[in-house]
Amino acid sequence: MGEMEQLRKEAESLKDEITAARKAVQDLTLQDHVAGTAVVGRVQLKTRKTLRGHLSKIYAVHWGDSKLCVSASQDGKLIVWDSYTTNKVHAIPLKSSWVMTCSYAPSGNMVACGGLDNMCSIYNLKGKDGNVKVMRELAAHTGYLSCCRFLNDNEIITSSGDCTCVLWDIETGSQKTVFAGHLGDCMSLGVAPDFNTFISGACDFTAKLWDIRDGQCRQTFGGHESDINAIGFFPNGNAVITGSDDASCKLYDLRSDQELITYQDSGIMCGVTSLAPSLSGRLILAGYDDFNCNIWDSLKAERVGVLSGHDNRVSCIGVTPDGMACCTGSWDSFLKIWN
Amino acid sequence: EAFGTSYHHTSLHHTAEMFSCVFLSIVQMEDVIARMQDEKNGIPIRTVKSFLSKIPSVFSGSDIVQWLLKNLCIEDQVEALHLGTLMAAHGYFFPISDHVLTLKDDGTFYRFQTPYFWPSNCWEPENTDYAVYLCKRTMQNKARLELADYEAESLARLQRAFARKWEFIFMQAEAQAKVDKKRDKIERKILDSQERAFWDVHRPVPGCVNTTEVDIKKSSRMKNPHKTRKSVYGLQNDIRSHSPTHTPAPEAKQPTEEELREQIKFGQAQLDRHRLKMSKVAESLLSYTEQYSDYDPFLCTPDPSNPWISDDTTFWEMEASKEPGQTRVRRWGFGINEVLKDPIGREQFLKFLESEFSSENLRFWLAVQELKKRPIREVPTRVQEIWEEFLAPGAPSAINVDSKSYGKTTQNVKDPGRYAFEDAQEHIYKLMKSDSYSRFIRSSAYQELLQAKKKLGGIQDRRTSFEKFTRNVVSGSGPAPSVMAYLTYQTAALVRRSLSGALSHPQTL
Repeated sequence: MGEMEQLRKEAESLKDEITAARKAVQDLTLQDHVAGTAVVGRVQLKTRKTLRGHLSKIYAVHWGDSKLCVSASQDGKLIVWDSYTTNKVHAIPLKSSWVMTCSYAPSGNMVACGGLDNMCSIYNLKGKDGNVKVMRELAAHTGYLSCCRFLNDNEIITSSGDCTCVLWDIETGSQKTVFAGHLGDCMSLGVAPDFNTFISGACDFTAKLWDIRDGQCRQTFGGHESDINAIGFFPNGNAVITGSDDASCKLYDLRSDQELITYQDSGIMCGVTSLAPSLSGRLILAGYDDFNCNIWDSLKAERVGVLSGHDNRVSCIGVTPDGMACCTGSWDSFLKIWN
Repeated sequence: EAFGTSYHHTSLHHTAEMFSCVFLSIVQMEDVIARMQDEKNGIPIRTVKSFLSKIPSVFSGSDIVQWLLKNLCIEDQVEALHLGTLMAAHGYFFPISDHVLTLKDDGTFYRFQTPYFWPSNCWEPENTDYAVYLCKRTMQNKARLELADYEAESLARLQRAFARKWEFIFMQAEAQAKVDKKRDKIERKILDSQERAFWDVHRPVPGCVNTTEVDIKKSSRMKNPHKTRKSVYGLQNDIRSHSPTHTPAPEAKQPTEEELREQIKFGQAQLDRHRLKMSKVAESLLSYTEQYSDYDPFLCTPDPSNPWISDDTTFWEMEASKEPGQTRVRRWGFGINEVLKDPIGREQFLKFLESEFSSENLRFWLAVQELKKRPIREVPTRVQEIWEEFLAPGAPSAINVDSKSYGKTTQNVKDPGRYAFEDAQEHIYKLMKSDSYSRFIRSSAYQELLQAKKKLGGIQDRRTSFEKFTRNVVSGSGPAPSVMAYLTYQTAALVRRSLSGALSHPQTL
């Protein structure tokens, strides 16, 4: 047979062998192991603050520390909030109103955003004269900017509709590493707690784990039946949580290289837009197209709570680094703080 | 049926290919709707007599809620209402007397939408269609078809926008109205309501959510000719910007030889990787969540309180202070990462190692972490400095690294980048984890912090607790007023005494 045919067969048989190898370590399922553990009791979170100020759909929110967060809206503004007092610390007008993502640097010195302009714009919050100005415009993607996350004040990772993720050097504005491999638009990314790796979720229904240093894809996880819109690390850094248009969330473990559990329910019929684990990882908060946010017991895969209060889709969600509160952002133009 | 059901079936195939992102939820909903309409197990549809007329083909909101509760895995009425409202908002059934598409758990009458108008047909009706529809409504002399205020406004706006084409639109509306008049009265009632419900989805009442809105990330992928540009009323004329094209869906690209080789290489690496047993992984997840549940404010009330709930920021003040609390110190014992993550933890760890004259490992690790955050122009100098301090022959803070890592690092330093010391750092990290860290946790310095031996800053403590006490009382979580009055007197006396000069002798308090 032809060489191409031989290669195709080899690739196929490798896939089967990998499936078998994964099965070989399934001595016990997660459900079996936690059968003796009780489900977490009903979790009832209340809205403690409502952040009003945006005039249109909110597309993204990201916590900087236990009180400060940044949000991006289709009204063409980036707002930095002191969520505790509900004061707006900065209201940054954007060149392009088609913004899809925003990020707060861990140092608190910068924020970034991007969207249909295919660029990631970095803003310096601690400028000398107090004004917030564009510091850098990172341009090289050939598709929309779906997500961005700072590693530190000098490096940021972006995911794009051009199916790639990129590590940028902010100072020089150059691409340091291009992470290519996804076969569909990259929709979301998450950085590992140790900052050595990151994960991406895409419209090819897979999640990939990347080594930041050498640019290699270390692992690929499939199983979803539609676009993966949201992705995040489990707090221990050893597992990955994904949320998809197929109305389910999944937990994949990195060390056993496979899916551990799926979070779904016949009463949920719409896509997952966003997700965030609680500090211990026992709870997973996920935002959906049906205006609600569901709280899942991550080990027992049961719904233990609902956050309902938004009048339109929940588009983004985040839990503070100290785990004290979670923030939901919605197409109804409001952000709500819950705990 | 007037609008034809066959169109629905053929378009479903196209939909599947182009709209995977919205399709799945629509398929699931339409599945449920089909079950709702089942003759045997569906919702009982009936004709209701009212005054001089009949209301055909209706069922009540309560009927829907009850059916959902019985036939789906739904917990309670709230959930049923939520799901039902979602389906109504998408237009699968609608209240016959209201433009607002929500579900009410009462006797309000609802009707099913005809499959022709279902979302799976991917309608994107043009304003010209909407204009014809509103115009038609004004021609029919029926109270139930009178335009609502927002519809009258829309009509006025459309008349201005389509001023030049209005004659054509008017003619279309007239033609439609003529055809409608010929229909059976009951059939007309049903069709009119279904048509109105269709427009309630695509031109919602101001203030209502438009469920046809799509995330811009998805809509930019949907820019393709497969979308149904067909006019709702079959308008074939120059108003349409272009005729619907039917290019076949792009074939999934066959991988090239190079791509296949890459796939095989990646596959081989995947196959060779070590996989941990699921039981071990499950155990590790369980123990992690258990260990940290005390620190998870959604599971355990934080000490002293959650600032968001109590309006008391003591928790954050304590985190920022130089004095680490007991719970915080306990967390350092969970693993070396907890110590390295916490600035105070790092400080205490370093202090301990310095007391043992073995701090070079930790200092090296910290220096390399800091290096990774430096601007690129500072990196070469910094790499040189770290090399001189820790690794060069005769280095003042010499660290012990395995020969392989040492060799690699020597090479890296010649062409210095942010990750020049990765191998060395990993080796040192493992060393610290197994050696220095365990000594630290067992040390008396750490144990003392863990026992929370308070320093002699007694007054500060008391004053803070007085403040906390009064705040608790004010917020209603403190003791009864009479008790409070007595205690306040006592505490006030205490504070007065301390202020009057006992500051240098806190023990007298």
